[in-house]
Amino acid sequence: MADNTTPAIELRGLCKRYGSGDTAVDALKGVDMRIAPGEVVGLVGPSGSGKSTLLKCLGAVIDPTAGQMFLGGEAIFDEVWKVKDLRTLRRDRIGFVFQAPYLIPFLDVTDNVALLPMLAGKSNKEARRRALELLEALDVAHRAKSNPALLSGGEQQRVSIARALANNPPVILADEPTAPLDGERALAVVKILNDMAQQHQTAIIVVTHDEKIIPTFKRLYHIRDGKTYEEAVS
Amino acid sequence: MISLAARDIAHSWSKYVLTGIGLGLLIGVTLSMAGIFRGMVDDAQVLLRNSQADVWVVQKDTQGPYAESSSLPDDVYRSILGMPGVQQAANVTYFTMQVQHQGKDTRVMVVGFESGQPGAPPSLIAGRHVTRSHYEAVADVKAGFKLGEKIRIRRNEYTIVGLSQRTVSSGGDPMVFIPLADAQAAQFQKNNDAIVSGRERTAANPAFNRPNVPGLLEAVQMSQTTSHNVNAVLVQVRARWDAAQLAADIQRWKHLQAYTYADMEEISVKKLIATSAKQIGLFLVILTIVSTAIVSFIIYTMTLGKIREIAVLKLIGTRNSTISWMILQESLGLGLVGFIIGKTVATLWAPVFPKYVLLLPLDAVLGLLVIVVVCTLASVMAIRAALKVDPAEAIGG
Repeated sequence: MADNTTPAIELRGLCKRYGSGDTAVDALKGVDMRIAPGEVVGLVGPSGSGKSTLLKCLGAVIDPTAGQMFLGGEAIFDEVWKVKDLRTLRRDRIGFVFQAPYLIPFLDVTDNVALLPMLAGKSNKEARRRALELLEALDVAHRAKSNPALLSGGEQQRVSIARALANNPPVILADEPTAPLDGERALAVVKILNDMAQQHQTAIIVVTHDEKIIPTFKRLYHIRDGKTYEEAVS
Repeated sequence: MISLAARDIAHSWSKYVLTGIGLGLLIGVTLSMAGIFRGMVDDAQVLLRNSQADVWVVQKDTQGPYAESSSLPDDVYRSILGMPGVQQAANVTYFTMQVQHQGKDTRVMVVGFESGQPGAPPSLIAGRHVTRSHYEAVADVKAGFKLGEKIRIRRNEYTIVGLSQRTVSSGGDPMVFIPLADAQAAQFQKNNDAIVSGRERTAANPAFNRPNVPGLLEAVQMSQTTSHNVNAVLVQVRARWDAAQLAADIQRWKHLQAYTYADMEEISVKKLIATSAKQIGLFLVILTIVSTAIVSFIIYTMTLGKIREIAVLKLIGTRNSTISWMILQESLGLGLVGFIIGKTVATLWAPVFPKYVLLLPLDAVLGLLVIVVVCTLASVMAIRAALKVDPAEAIGG
């Protein structure tokens, strides 16, 4: 069982190589990262620096080539995946917030959020109750029965954050979540992420280019040429 | 767990319903084609049933009277009546012609029959049976005549005294029943010019026009303008007698062709409509292939339109089987909508067809099963595309 000193997520020397031989490209060259529960960190870097590759490795959608990855102190990758079912790992222990909200257009707001607990085996009633709690906390409960397409950009992003939190995962990966939003709304989303991280003791990694929100992170990881460099912002 | 397919259908119901209508019309055409084939078979069978015969006696080496022409002297039935096992034997004639009704041509099969004998019209739905020896007729309702109306057959007019139903030829033409003698005259009757010209030709022949044999020319001319032929003799067999044995005896001793009910069914159903059946069968196969292609294309296109959503669903932990089931359900749902619409329109437009369309419940069940198979096959391509979607596509960069 993890205590407060156990990082929610830890990477040690994580590498990812695309291709082989002369055409091989090392996208990640030994990434180290350690994020505590309830902490929100920024991950910044120029295009092609390896941000998306890192996020995909963390999200268990591509296989790292080498290194180690720990989730709540448990090794989930050590040269090979240590968990059998990556789909279940993603469903139960990793939340995703995307650049665009990517809400399922044929489900209403509540079911977009409730889908994850349902997939995890919760009853429809229980899953919807959990969804409504999160929508309430994120101040979008009044749109619970709406079609996602009818929501504003900010509301959609809040719903996608609620979806990411639905199974109460220890880690949330946010891929440029403020990109489509103006300054005020972007800062509001970051505040929500910080609040949620505190409330749910969730570690959140926010990949961003957004200069307005970078000063809001207490810790920032720069990624350049496949390597990360940590920077304390304040 | 919520039904993703049901939600997706509800979300884009207008597209779904419009596609279902298109598919439904195609299924309606397919069911109608099957109904037309069934109708042809039923027409052939109803013709045999309505004849009330156990054995058909026709001209030797022919497959008459329905599949081929047949001509017999009209006194043959007497010798058949004398055979053991024969309950009744009656002459009949059949010929197809166009009759005028309310300024329009209607194709009918004129049946010459003897009252109370095999070949007479079965139970009527209106009016009475023919009771006079001449110029009365019973017509099938499909011919469009009403009681009391006149029908012109060749030179003579007949009063419609009764109406029958489902009395049709193997080609689906409604029947008009008239007395046998009238039918014999009508079938072989020539027009006045032809009769005059025939008489002149006979008179010019010295073999018939012999001054020293008075009455010969008139006798020959008379024989040329009257007919004593019929197309078949319908025989009813006594109880507990074997129709096949009787048919064999007639063939052996009377030098005629005799067919049992089973033989006639073979000729009428398998031989007479064999080409049409193949034609319709091929058409059904083509329609099934076209339906499969359409459903495949639609489901595939609809799936490609959801690639990003499928990537997100996979990323957040949705099983491949759940996504495959969603696509299969949508395909089956489309098939079901199409089937309901198709069955409805086929039922609605069946009476409009000029020929009998028989929509059997069994065919509808078979059609539904084919649609299930077609929709399952049609969803394969879309499922393959969905399973190939990489969940990483949901993460940008």
